[in-house]
Amino acid sequence: MKDALPPPGAPLPHYVSDAPFDPTSIERLPEGRESLYRASQLRLTWWRFRRHRLALASAIFLAFVYLVAIFVEVVAPYNLHSRNPDFIYAPPQRIHLFDEGHFVGPFVYGRKMTLDMDNLQRLYTDIPGEVQKIRFFCHGDDYNFWGLIPADIHLICPARDGQMFLLGTDRMGRDELSRILYGARISLSIGLLGVTVSFILGIVIGGLAGYHGGTVDLLVQRLIEVLQSIPSIPLWLSLSAIMPVTWSPLIVYLGITVILGLLDWTGLARAVRSKLFSLREEDYVLAAQLNGARPRRIILRHLVPGFLSHLIASATISIPSMILGETALSFLGLGLRPPIVSWGVLLTEARDVTVLAFYPWILLPTVPVFLVVLAFNFLGDGLRDAADPYR
Amino acid sequence: MLRFILWRISVMVPTLILISMLVFTIIQLPPGDYFESYVNELQAMGENANGAQIQELRHRYGFDQPQPIRYLHWVGGMLHGDFGYSFAYRMPVSDVIGDRIWLTVLVSFVTVIFTWLVAFPVGIYSATHQYSWGDYGLTFFGLVGLAVPNFILGLVMMYFANLWFGLSIGHLMDQQYLGQPMSWDKAKSILAHLWIPTIIIGTSGTAAMIRRVRANLLDELRQQYVITARAKGLHPFRALVKYPLRMSLNFFISDIGSILPAIISGAEITAVVLSLETTGPMLISALKSQDMYLAGSFLMCLAFLTVIGMLVSDIALALLDPRIRLQGRSTR
Repeated sequence: MKDALPPPGAPLPHYVSDAPFDPTSIERLPEGRESLYRASQLRLTWWRFRRHRLALASAIFLAFVYLVAIFVEVVAPYNLHSRNPDFIYAPPQRIHLFDEGHFVGPFVYGRKMTLDMDNLQRLYTDIPGEVQKIRFFCHGDDYNFWGLIPADIHLICPARDGQMFLLGTDRMGRDELSRILYGARISLSIGLLGVTVSFILGIVIGGLAGYHGGTVDLLVQRLIEVLQSIPSIPLWLSLSAIMPVTWSPLIVYLGITVILGLLDWTGLARAVRSKLFSLREEDYVLAAQLNGARPRRIILRHLVPGFLSHLIASATISIPSMILGETALSFLGLGLRPPIVSWGVLLTEARDVTVLAFYPWILLPTVPVFLVVLAFNFLGDGLRDAADPYR
Repeated sequence: MLRFILWRISVMVPTLILISMLVFTIIQLPPGDYFESYVNELQAMGENANGAQIQELRHRYGFDQPQPIRYLHWVGGMLHGDFGYSFAYRMPVSDVIGDRIWLTVLVSFVTVIFTWLVAFPVGIYSATHQYSWGDYGLTFFGLVGLAVPNFILGLVMMYFANLWFGLSIGHLMDQQYLGQPMSWDKAKSILAHLWIPTIIIGTSGTAAMIRRVRANLLDELRQQYVITARAKGLHPFRALVKYPLRMSLNFFISDIGSILPAIISGAEITAVVLSLETTGPMLISALKSQDMYLAGSFLMCLAFLTVIGMLVSDIALALLDPRIRLQGRSTR
């Protein structure tokens, strides 16, 4: 009996079998369901997400839009600031395929401008027979790709010495399509950057409140309540009014993203906090604690994966409000300013009802705003449904 | 009940204090103050600033004192109705904003009612006819309201109202009533102009509301008690109205808290486009000219309005649902 126990402090002798071990040997999984039971959470999420057709389509659409925004210099037929003084407020041109019954491929007709002196209006008429074939992968306006690499390749451009304004031109004869494409870069990145700011703030502040509880929690709760009870647009407005007029447009851009993110974290923080509170009580956390895991490991390894998907979903849903917020701020003249062009800046041109009456294509930047906001909404819905694949 | 209301009001106080601190910080953030830029402007035009008057104003509004004192001064003034001095208008702020605040309250209130009137039946229809064409169509309309910026909607409606009805829909009343004291005719004129801003501002809130009513009611409709009621032969309409609808009413009232800030925000932008006589246009011009007491008072009033709205919705909810009353008492 005495020599069965080792002296105090010495390791207990134990035996580990090196025979191969199959954890499912006793309870065989049903045939064909094995992949389902063994699938990781990420895979399950993806399967669930794939079933939401609208969300999937939105994801593809958004990926496409962001791709365009990245390579905008190549995709846009003109540069952001190239003016065509001969074509001021020109209406959108139609792409034709057939000229008088003959197939010539995509082309636009040349245009002639006449002044209607009665209404003081420019009238543009197609010149029949003047076929301007659209060129693809061609040399056009010079640009610096991302401000770094000089190039002049465009995906599509007008015929040599011709014009092509598929969405019309504005009051300086700048191509609306190109400007909308360039605006996408700013408007879309503002959403992402703003959400990044609010994501970090939300996780840190919400995490602190949920982890420490007590006084910190109480303070954070109050702060969230206060921020949520002030209408966001007036608050955004007053914060952006603080930025001096002398700041360069780029710094203003960064400032606006920070402002948008600064007031948006409250919802995320609330979600993090409540999730931390409820997940803390779960059995697997207790098990981890009993196994001797440290708080850091418990939070990062066991708790965060449990609600990260929810956070991503709710962050996605808050992107559209940022895009709309930027649009509103810029429209009211307290957001971005030219030469930086976002969809909101483009829409400031439409502030006048007369513009609407005579040049309705100036309102076209509304369409991408609408589509992107809708797509983010659907994507967020799909992600939220998929975030909890075990349900 | 009275105890609940008192408790709820006492909770409001720290919130308001925090809001006032935040607003004060914001209006103090821009470098310099209005007087500096004003004096500079006058000197640039070759005129002499009236130094004595400016010194007097500076002293009166405590610009020569440290920040915390100025804050207390500001808040103390607000408590007895002195909101400070609007430097751009050369008038006390309360004189400048008086009417506008009430019109903002009116517009917001009518919009909330509109949101309810639309969202309630539409949400019920969408939930009871889930995945029907009607559901999809209404949801789509809701999404349009959600995704099109308010100001664009305002512009387009302004244009078409002009084109089709020959109606000028800007402003909140006919021009002859501007600056007039309230009269029966003025009230009628305001009511005649009110519907367009209401629709424009209401769209975004309505969309969100419809989606939530639908989701909420769908959850209730899946409950066992509904199946029981149906199985016992209760008419579908009665089975809907008697139980699940009453459950989702709760949320309907509690939701004011979240839609009110959105509605006030939307009202501010729409007001600029339609040049309504509400706080919106003036807030923006005040912000642009750094007339910070005016802007601060607007912000404070809007926030106060929201907090009061939430208070009302909480009290209504407590009246409706005893559980909330009792919970409020126990956590006290």
